[in-house]
Amino acid sequence: MSSVNIQTEKKFSLQTFFFQWEWLLLLIFVMINIINAHLSPYYLNTFTLLDATMGFLDKAFIALPMAFVIIFGDIDISVGSTVALSSVVMAVLYNAGVPMYLAMLACLSVGLICGFINGILIVKFKELSAIIVTLSTMILYRGIAYIILENQAAGGFPQWFSFLGWGYIKGIPFILALFAVTALVFAFLLHKTTFGRKVYAIGNNAVASRFSGVKVDKMKVIVFTLTGFMTAVASLFLTSKMGSTRPNIASGYELDAIAMVVLGGVSTSGGKGRMIGVILSIFIVGLLRYGLGLINVSSQIVLIIIGLLLIVSVMISSLNIRMGKSKE
Amino acid sequence: MAENKSKTVLNRGSVQKIRELGLLGFIVILSVFIQCRNPSFLTAENLNDLITNTAILSLLSVGMMMVIITRGIDLSIGATLALSGMITAMTVRSHPALSPFLALLLGTTIGLLCGIVIGFLVAKTSILPIIATLGMMNVFRGMTFLISGGRWVSAHQMSSSFKHIATGSIFGVNHLILIAIITYLIFYYFINHTRTGRKIYAVGSNPQSARISGINVDRTLWLVYAIMGALTGLSGVLWVSKFASAQSNTAMGYEMNVIAACVVGGVSIAGGTGKVSGLLSGVLLLGILNNALPLLNVSPFWQDAIQGGIILLAVIVGALVRRNTDKKNLIGREE
Repeated sequence: MSSVNIQTEKKFSLQTFFFQWEWLLLLIFVMINIINAHLSPYYLNTFTLLDATMGFLDKAFIALPMAFVIIFGDIDISVGSTVALSSVVMAVLYNAGVPMYLAMLACLSVGLICGFINGILIVKFKELSAIIVTLSTMILYRGIAYIILENQAAGGFPQWFSFLGWGYIKGIPFILALFAVTALVFAFLLHKTTFGRKVYAIGNNAVASRFSGVKVDKMKVIVFTLTGFMTAVASLFLTSKMGSTRPNIASGYELDAIAMVVLGGVSTSGGKGRMIGVILSIFIVGLLRYGLGLINVSSQIVLIIIGLLLIVSVMISSLNIRMGKSKE
Repeated sequence: MAENKSKTVLNRGSVQKIRELGLLGFIVILSVFIQCRNPSFLTAENLNDLITNTAILSLLSVGMMMVIITRGIDLSIGATLALSGMITAMTVRSHPALSPFLALLLGTTIGLLCGIVIGFLVAKTSILPIIATLGMMNVFRGMTFLISGGRWVSAHQMSSSFKHIATGSIFGVNHLILIAIITYLIFYYFINHTRTGRKIYAVGSNPQSARISGINVDRTLWLVYAIMGALTGLSGVLWVSKFASAQSNTAMGYEMNVIAACVVGGVSIAGGTGKVSGLLSGVLLLGILNNALPLLNVSPFWQDAIQGGIILLAVIVGALVRRNTDKKNLIGREE
């Protein structure tokens, strides 16, 4: 009886908390823009702002599916290595004479396969937990990238490939346009489909959802495979932006992506979070970095600020939950 | 009924034993294989090198094992190590006469402070360990860059007595090895034979029942992260002294090696399980891999992949063994 009470209590305070959380994010977002505009006269300018999005949106493609993974209560720390491996495979294939579009297809398939392997291992060996599985594959995938390319760089992509990272469609950066579409699709998937409801159900109670007919294992494999695929998409954009690739690219991407998701109000204990928060926090982190870069704040201080932002945001959200509890 | 119970306990103990023996068997087979390929592997000189190079990893692993036993994880240790190493190296640069003992103390204190901050976040604000340490990792790494201004402290700026910390030896045994042995003796006693040590297991196995039975869960968690920090600070000084250079990106990603050593050594991420003896074999396996791959003329570019593959294999085999014994356990209970 008492456990039932606790459940309802939790749900009630959570609703109020989410209501507040996204407003808070919006407030931070506006504040960052005001401060940035104050600090640099060149900031509030459509061209600058659109340009700024090119700098950070490649990671955002990883953050979207990562939100699903974290709502499950799992985590995927192999994404940085998957970016490196898929990018290296693409570059090596292209340099071996494979047509570029086929090489890009290979890049996407490598991401898909990496994600699929993660998913299968996590489902087949439940006692290992996603942290351990993706920790091992993180070392493994990066290692394979090193085997393929050793310590060299590979590039020399065709001219049109740079369009992905730097191109514009009717004045809007291509990456921004594609991100907007992808984000809408992911938000729709999470909030308006049975697929999304199942993701929440598994995150709240995997055992109960299995008994109510949700194919938990299948769902997990799908989501991890999707993460691998989106990671390869991010890899395409990153490679296009840099013009060449090395086995050590994108180290630390996993942490950036996780930070974006958690700052967006998705709880790492699973079952809670909304897409709009994640999208807002992607822009908060990205524009904060860009703005601080504009006024020549060294990247080290940016590192500290983002670390503190992450902790403070989670602290506030847990305070909110506690206050909600004590009120009742 | 009583007999059944004792049988279950026995079985659970034997799971870990089988696992440990399996790992040891694997290490022996691996060593024999390496020895066949390169006879210089099992020489006193190389073994000494191997253990010296593994000492820092083993220090960090003890701390990480306790953290993981409480169901936590600490991703910040690479950054903490760099911060304490950098501050100590810069102090040594400006005060060459600083005694090595004080340098060790300084590094340990800095690490302890970092650990206390993380412990506070984890124990008092109910932030999940993975998030708290992820955030503080960024903060500590940024601080290291800021304090050093991105510059290195290199070998010629360090006093020889400081470099002697990691390179010197007593009775032919390297200081690093001695420090590791002393640490292991202390923590073996602490984890297995003190009340506080047993509380760590209780908190990890079941936080709720630990709380109900009167254990101060918050304080135990705080303590565990503080110890982890102190060990990391100590390792930071040893690291800088060993490699005779302090850089802002020292030990970046090293936390993954430490976690891998723990997991291979049978420490379960689900909390509550893990033994010092198992941990030692995990550390030894990683140490052998690092040492032997160059001896086998394996290209350095293959090392990561091989290491990752072996870690994956070790955890999967461990899981299968556990599953098998659990099944036998159940059948035993049915009878």
